[in-house]
Amino acid sequence: MHIDIDEISKTFAATTALHPVSLSIPSGAMVALLGPSGSGKTTLLRIIAGLEQPSAGRILLDGVDATGTPVQHRHAGFVFQSYALFRHMTVFENIAYGLRARPRRTRPGNAEIARRVERLLELIQLPQIATRYPSQLSGGQRQRVALARALATEPRMLLLDEPFGALDAQVRRELRAGLREIHDATGLTTVFVTHDQDEALGLADRVAVMSMGRIEQVGAPSDIRDRPANAFVRGFVEAHIPVGDG
Amino acid sequence: MSETARTYEVVSEAPLFRTGVTLSVLALTVILLLAPLAVVFAEALREGLGAAITALGDRDAWSAIRLTVLVAAVAVPLNACLGLAAAWAIAKFDFRGKAVLISLIDLPFSVSPVVAGLALVLLYGSHGWLGVWLQAHDLKIVFAFPGLLLATLFITFPFVARELIPVMTEQGRAEEEAALTLGASGWHMFRTVTLPNIRWALLYGVLLCNARAMGEFGAVAVISGKIRGQTTTMPIMIEMLYNEYLTVAAFSMAALLAALALLTLALKSLLEWRHADLLAATRRH
Repeated sequence: MHIDIDEISKTFAATTALHPVSLSIPSGAMVALLGPSGSGKTTLLRIIAGLEQPSAGRILLDGVDATGTPVQHRHAGFVFQSYALFRHMTVFENIAYGLRARPRRTRPGNAEIARRVERLLELIQLPQIATRYPSQLSGGQRQRVALARALATEPRMLLLDEPFGALDAQVRRELRAGLREIHDATGLTTVFVTHDQDEALGLADRVAVMSMGRIEQVGAPSDIRDRPANAFVRGFVEAHIPVGDG
Repeated sequence: MSETARTYEVVSEAPLFRTGVTLSVLALTVILLLAPLAVVFAEALREGLGAAITALGDRDAWSAIRLTVLVAAVAVPLNACLGLAAAWAIAKFDFRGKAVLISLIDLPFSVSPVVAGLALVLLYGSHGWLGVWLQAHDLKIVFAFPGLLLATLFITFPFVARELIPVMTEQGRAEEEAALTLGASGWHMFRTVTLPNIRWALLYGVLLCNARAMGEFGAVAVISGKIRGQTTTMPIMIEMLYNEYLTVAAFSMAALLAALALLTLALKSLLEWRHADLLAATRRH
């Protein structure tokens, strides 16, 4: 799905989280919102999902104005920073949640739900954990379950907030590759937020570098690396020449 | 590593000291908490179980029991809903006057119940601010069931909210937001995510609220007018019987009230014991 961010701004009480920003995300692309903390990247992601209302501006999904569309009807698969798995439900019930939440007309039967959950568990390569609770999983497993849960409802776009933030380097590398594979297999328009330059430049097709509520530069990873648009982008990208990982 | 070795490494105080502290706490618990309770039951049964039951079967006594249960049956669910709403608003949203609301919730804890009762009389009584209007519309609040209910609602308001606020604040909004992005309606989210996550805190709050609703004396005594057989709840009835030197009757009712409280406590322990695994699993995450 094509996502158009049109002059979106957001203020919280006295602070401006986003100055009017515009960004066009082509259908099927994998885009990273890269920036330090407080740059407004998570706010922008939450506005795309419908979890926040912009103070001004519009958001277009496939050319249709979706600014007022409630979060339930945006069909955005969202992976939260801390995964936000339902702690009182098993992995199976977590993944099935979105399907069970549907109105009766469109809700699949129990057998169909079980089949889909099973397929998703295979997709994330964790077929054996359906009966476990989130507290019994490792960080990397939780992240993959969160991804499966977001994919279960067959969303129109996939939004991830610091998806690898809380994981160690080894697991992070594996999951990055996993996310890329899932993206390529499903063709879902994917937007992820990160403060890690390597992650953004190594994984995304396009990177939007953000600072202080503004988008400083949008481009392919090679553009950002080789032709930084201004001093901030140069400083931010150079500040972290890849030395191993993390 | 053996048990003794760990004791020496980690705990610095002497074993004798620890035993001493443990024993004194135990002794204090028995003297301060258990002994008075035991005396109540002993006094109630002094003339035998038959006498105690006869005393409770008295028409006025029976009316007091019914009234107490009725007040609790209305006040507790109402305050559970109000407390839940207040806790939700405070824990999950930022708004103007939030600090004031938090302080207001604690008001019933800090104001003496007698003062609360008097305030209600001043507000709703025949010479009170709303008294004339209420009388003109033939609404009776003071010295009647609505007054008892209002006093009990006031006194027991903090219990549910106080239990829920820390739990809901700690859990944050992430799981609820996840439910919404997965297409759940607000009600579905509340039923399947919010409520299950707070069910233990809610249960504790309701149990505490219930214990206090049944046991409240001060505020209810002022607003009830102590009309025997009409507006006397169990705690008030106990005081009246005691003042009339009807010791067995007074202590029988006191024992019944205490038994109701103990039953609540037992119920809580039973639930905790039966759901220990789940409780541990949800807390660890």
